[in-house]
Amino acid sequence: MTHAAATHHTSMGLDSRKMAFWAFIGSECLLFGSLISTYLVYKGKSVVGPYPHEVLNIPFTSFSTFDLLMSSLMMVLALAAVQRGDMKWAKIWLFATAFLGLIFLAGQVYEFTSFVHEGLTLQTNLFACTFYVLTGTHGAHVTVGVLWLLTLWVRALQGKLGPAHALTVEISGLYWHFVDVVWIVIFTVVYLIQ
Amino acid sequence: MTEPGQARERAHPNIGTYLRVAAVLVILTVLEVGVFYVPAFHPMLVPVLLVLSACKFALVVLFYMHLKMDSPFFSFLFGAPLLLATGVLVALLLLFYGTLTLRGAGGAGG
Amino acid sequence: MSGPPEARGLRSWLLTTDHKRIGLLYFWTALAFFLVGGLEALVIRLQLAQPNGRLVGAETFNQLFTMHATTMVFLALMPLSASFFNYIVPLQIGARDVVFPRLNAFSYWVFLLGGLFMNASWFVGPLFGAGTLSVAPDGGWFGYANLTSRQYSPGPNIDFWVLGLQILGISSLAAAFNFIVTILNLRAPGLKMMRLPTFTWMTLVTQFLIITAFPVITVGLVFLVFDRFFGTHFYVVQAGGTPVLWQHLFWLFGHPEVYILILPAMGIVSEVLPTFARKPLFGYTVVVYSGVLIGFMGWGVWSHHMFSVGLGPIADSVFGATTMLIAVPTGVKIFNWIATLWGGDIRGTTALHFAVGFIAMFIIGGLSGVSHASPPADLQQTDTYYVVAHIHYVLFGGTIFGLFAGMYYWWPKMTGRLLNEALGKVHFWLTFIGMNLAFFPMHFIGLLGMPRRIYTYAPDLGAGIAQLNLVSTIGALLIGVATLVFVWNMWRTRRHGQAAGNDPWGGATLEWSIPSPPPVYNFSVIPTVESRLPRWKSEHHAAMRDPPAAPPAPIHVPGGSMWPLVTALGLPVLALAPLAHALWLAFLGAAILLIGIYRWAFEPFEV
Repeated sequence: MTHAAATHHTSMGLDSRKMAFWAFIGSECLLFGSLISTYLVYKGKSVVGPYPHEVLNIPFTSFSTFDLLMSSLMMVLALAAVQRGDMKWAKIWLFATAFLGLIFLAGQVYEFTSFVHEGLTLQTNLFACTFYVLTGTHGAHVTVGVLWLLTLWVRALQGKLGPAHALTVEISGLYWHFVDVVWIVIFTVVYLIQ
Repeated sequence: MTEPGQARERAHPNIGTYLRVAAVLVILTVLEVGVFYVPAFHPMLVPVLLVLSACKFALVVLFYMHLKMDSPFFSFLFGAPLLLATGVLVALLLLFYGTLTLRGAGGAGG
Repeated sequence: MSGPPEARGLRSWLLTTDHKRIGLLYFWTALAFFLVGGLEALVIRLQLAQPNGRLVGAETFNQLFTMHATTMVFLALMPLSASFFNYIVPLQIGARDVVFPRLNAFSYWVFLLGGLFMNASWFVGPLFGAGTLSVAPDGGWFGYANLTSRQYSPGPNIDFWVLGLQILGISSLAAAFNFIVTILNLRAPGLKMMRLPTFTWMTLVTQFLIITAFPVITVGLVFLVFDRFFGTHFYVVQAGGTPVLWQHLFWLFGHPEVYILILPAMGIVSEVLPTFARKPLFGYTVVVYSGVLIGFMGWGVWSHHMFSVGLGPIADSVFGATTMLIAVPTGVKIFNWIATLWGGDIRGTTALHFAVGFIAMFIIGGLSGVSHASPPADLQQTDTYYVVAHIHYVLFGGTIFGLFAGMYYWWPKMTGRLLNEALGKVHFWLTFIGMNLAFFPMHFIGLLGMPRRIYTYAPDLGAGIAQLNLVSTIGALLIGVATLVFVWNMWRTRRHGQAAGNDPWGGATLEWSIPSPPPVYNFSVIPTVESRLPRWKSEHHAAMRDPPAAPPAPIHVPGGSMWPLVTALGLPVLALAPLAHALWLAFLGAAILLIGIYRWAFEPFEV
């Protein structure tokens, strides 16, 4: 990864890549905001079932939520390890984060397939459209995050990741935490407020 | 490599802080699920859940994403669009409240 | 010896990451699309010149007005502005390039590929079993649901539109992140935010509008893709959905989009007027804050495009009020521009003609705009040619005039030669007369009752409508002739244009302190800036000393990279998958994207 952008002097005294990434996260607020708005605006408007209360599984999803929250913890621990140069633990925490992300994705796949078995396909009703596209977009973001983290993990295994790359890890962390934070909103708005 | 920005980051949260935040996040999640399941809380379900999830949101953003300790400008880059998205959400809810029932249900026009 | 000689040849252009080259690429590509959009307009006007026109049929007409608008907005006006963002902004802030040069190149290639993708639809009808050569998008540039549903638009036309726009959105977003960080972080020492040239300020506001507005349309388009390809019901009434959702999502983007279109041109005008009045911009601070305010307020007005939808009196009143309010900061700018000219030492260059023309035309467009702000009045005007008049006064008389001003102003900097002023004046006056002939009658045509988007009309549609349409067509043809004059001017200038020195105009801002065109590293020494108008002497500051002709030590410039282009190629391949109903294309596109991104990420690239 190029270090060049970071080593130059900057007018605001802030790292350019970090600034760009926060701008990106701001932009993503509008993306997910539009998806969530659509979900809310169409809530209760499905003409046929299955309806949310018939399919949504709160215990299962609570576990997913817990999983993602813990993955954020793993992520900050990974960053802290990289920052202090402890690459042994950096590898462990990076992998743990990605692993928990994979568990989350597996959970989503399980959830989607069980919904389909219960008669909720993408085409079934408005709840299906808005639910699958919203959580699917989120899941796609998690997938990208997992790929990103695994890439960093492999680089670490190759001895190519160290404290000099702390900013790269930090930025991947920003992405990961944001994806977690979006899930916090989705869990509340889609699952708990029915 | 040190950049000028790093001077601000002197106050790195230590591992203890991260673990405490994680613990609070778990507790808040338990509370959320609790509010969902305990019928006594249902009248205030929505506001309580919104507050609880907002707290979780804030904790992750401020501590895990380091926003509390970082430059206020990053808070602006995130906060302004977040505010905008919230405004759009509220506006759309207001705009659709009542209008949508006129569609598929074939209610009165106007 | 000032630095390595600049690489030449096709390969160097394909791999370039130099903002100046990318700016030129944007310029020529956008100009080509501008001519295409102009041709589409001419055919429209020829068809409408008389009642019962038979030049084209209804379906072709629908394609023409859809592609005219889509091309002009996304493939001409935005990229022409982007060509100045690219070339001029780094120079105005005293930087050597943008923060992410490869991302910059990526943005350009995605734009080119997206534009080609969408315009390919004109020729690929047979591949889709259509009876016609063209399957160009035909649902209007705003693609209202549920006309755009698979049920009512079964062919690939709308697919080209949706997928093409998704690709183009990525180009704009990537560039926006780049410019935000560049403007904030790469300013020369002493260049505080309130010393930034107005063009750079307006560019910054525009980029923030892009990163917030484009995600919304992305979502709206995703819903449309899913409805058309995967049988969802986002805009389907029978399932409980509503086409009004599309309108909200589109206009939530669409209104900020018009400010994205106008603010850069306003920035250009704010540079050109002071230069040719030899007087600082009057009320710089107020002009900057007005621009920022327009950006924010632009988010509060979108449903003024929906006054006839039946949102209800409360919604209509709120949006009517916010729309009237947004006229205030705009008006403020106009007064400041006029005050800049007042008492100035005026040099009537072509650039100044277009800048002053901008003010006049934008006032007219703004007045029709304010009349739209009143919901009851708008009910008469909406979906008529009155709106077409408004649009073209603000986008042609506004944005395009501003862009022409920028072209005549910055041409010497970008090419080292001056455009011919005599030809420029001819271009201006023909354009000015042509545009007023073309668009002013439309106010009346609309109020007399001619709807938009109809491919022909009866002779007795309304008193004088036919005659006014003819006048409008003559005006359009005149614009065409004017544009040819401009093309001739550009062509002629290549060989016979007067050579421009560093500063042919006596400009105040940093770009005029370096050679025309600049060396690859821009500034031999990054200047320190002490005032808003560094190159002008003022009471408090001496004029800055221009950087020396040669740098004191060799300056490193990054080389090119192929990965932006390779990565960009993944997008149209991905977009082709649903069109061709070929899943393997989706995997191929994703693979190209992934490989491109990985190679990009791990390529050694020193800025």
